[in-house]
Amino acid sequence: MTTRTLAVVSAGLATPSSTRLLADRLAEATVAALRERGVEARTEVVELREHARDLADHLVTGFPNAALRPVLDAVAGADGLVAVTPIFSASYSGLFKTFVDVLDRDALDGTPALLGATAGTARHQLALDHAMRPLFAYLHAAVVPTAVFAAAEDWGAGGASHELGVRVDRAGAELAAAVAARPAAAGPADPFADVPDFTALLSR
Amino acid sequence: MQFGVFSVSDITTDPTTGRTPSEAERLQAVLRIAEKTEEVGLDVFALGEHHNPPFFSSSPTTTLGYLAGRTQRLQLSTATTLITTNDPVKIAEDYAMLQHLAGGRVDLTLGRGNTGPVYPWFGQDIRQGIPLAVENYALLRRLWDSDVVDWEGRFRTPLQGFTATPRPLDGVAPFVWHGSIRSPEIAEQAAYYGDGFFHNHIFWPADHTRRMVDFYRRRFEHHGHGAADQAIVGLGGQVFIRKNSQDAVREFRPYFDEAPVYGHGPSLEDFSRETPLTVGSPQEVIDRTLGFRDYVGDYQRQLFLVDHAGLPLKTVLEQLDILGEEVVPVLRREFAALKPAHVPDAPTHETLVAARDAQQGVAA
Repeated sequence: MTTRTLAVVSAGLATPSSTRLLADRLAEATVAALRERGVEARTEVVELREHARDLADHLVTGFPNAALRPVLDAVAGADGLVAVTPIFSASYSGLFKTFVDVLDRDALDGTPALLGATAGTARHQLALDHAMRPLFAYLHAAVVPTAVFAAAEDWGAGGASHELGVRVDRAGAELAAAVAARPAAAGPADPFADVPDFTALLSR
Repeated sequence: MQFGVFSVSDITTDPTTGRTPSEAERLQAVLRIAEKTEEVGLDVFALGEHHNPPFFSSSPTTTLGYLAGRTQRLQLSTATTLITTNDPVKIAEDYAMLQHLAGGRVDLTLGRGNTGPVYPWFGQDIRQGIPLAVENYALLRRLWDSDVVDWEGRFRTPLQGFTATPRPLDGVAPFVWHGSIRSPEIAEQAAYYGDGFFHNHIFWPADHTRRMVDFYRRRFEHHGHGAADQAIVGLGGQVFIRKNSQDAVREFRPYFDEAPVYGHGPSLEDFSRETPLTVGSPQEVIDRTLGFRDYVGDYQRQLFLVDHAGLPLKTVLEQLDILGEEVVPVLRREFAALKPAHVPDAPTHETLVAARDAQQGVAA
């Protein structure tokens, strides 16, 4: 069976970053759940911080440079996406939105996606539903029902519930189910593959 | 192979002096640049069309008509003529007029235009860009190739018994290039008609140009106009040249950093690596330009952008001197030595008339 690819996009800025930590946990949970279904998956992690200048250049020039191009191709060609952003000023970070802005319009059309966000306090958690979900609805991504928010305090929450871990596992299982239910992705679309013959263009 | 320059007609503040030329000044400068293009031995001058500041060139055929009277040898072209928002009837008339005035030294490059508001200002919709380019060009061809035209389409009022005047010089329409940075449909259109395909080749990476040209060549062969390597390809390019490479970089950097399209983004070094921009010595420009052939094959026309981003006229004229004296003679020799005999040159009025006569001879 084909190995599936999971693009893991983290917009964390600190090193180490709790956003990256959450992204890694979501990715691990998804890979483990896929394995339980007999599906092998590998992850391609994208740290947007490393591409901050590339993204700004893309805004100005209109094309991805040699460092950014393979990243956009990897995300567009993935079987599933884990996308995690810190919440800044009540929404996803500007860096995260810039990355979304330079994706091809149909790059995530139908792609199963798991959304996550981090912040200092739990007061920001609705940003997942009022900002992240509408953004991915616009992109026509197939977003799984559970999105995972981690406030600073969640990383220290123990006790019987281990709430963050429970949510991570549930979200990972949902993304795994969505990825396994679809045929393997064919990779990024070839813009020259389906250009209509000119006689068809003429008769429209 | 033809060499020349193309101007987008931008009026931009010189970042090194803070001075902005007036429209009148910039217009006169562009006329001088075109005349100089002929004086230094280059072949083509192409002018853009825009309908919004900071550009002045709303009516390229007016400017090119003047230049037709001021030059003897120079091929006059456009970069680009808007096939979407101009009435194709007016394009047929204007460029046939220009063709007569210039004694046939005219071709044109069609483009869609990417300035959103221009479409509604001219009663069109940018979302119909490709269908407009397809229908308007189909009508333009009919108006040039047939004396009397009956026509009905989606985008303009129908025509019954219409004759576009003047008829093309010697009954042969100007050669047409189709320009597009990223739309394969336009490369397909060029291939379908056996017209030329021009890639701007300035703002995007070389690999993208390679894929567009390769697609056009394959489709040119598919549509029965000859082998893929006989398709007619033109490229843009952007250079700034001084005797010493470091001087070129030092002088051009402030213009690059403030340039309207890519300024305040990547460094000059990054952009030179990512795109065909070449800032350096004559030899560096020669080597880089010869390298274009490695990814587009033997091609017919190379136009350089030299007069944008606020560069003063004096500097632009110096650039033309260097191109004419040190760069283009070498490029002519080297490209000619590499080109196989079965690859044609860019069509001119004379070759098009000869081809038409040969075809009619066969038919008769």
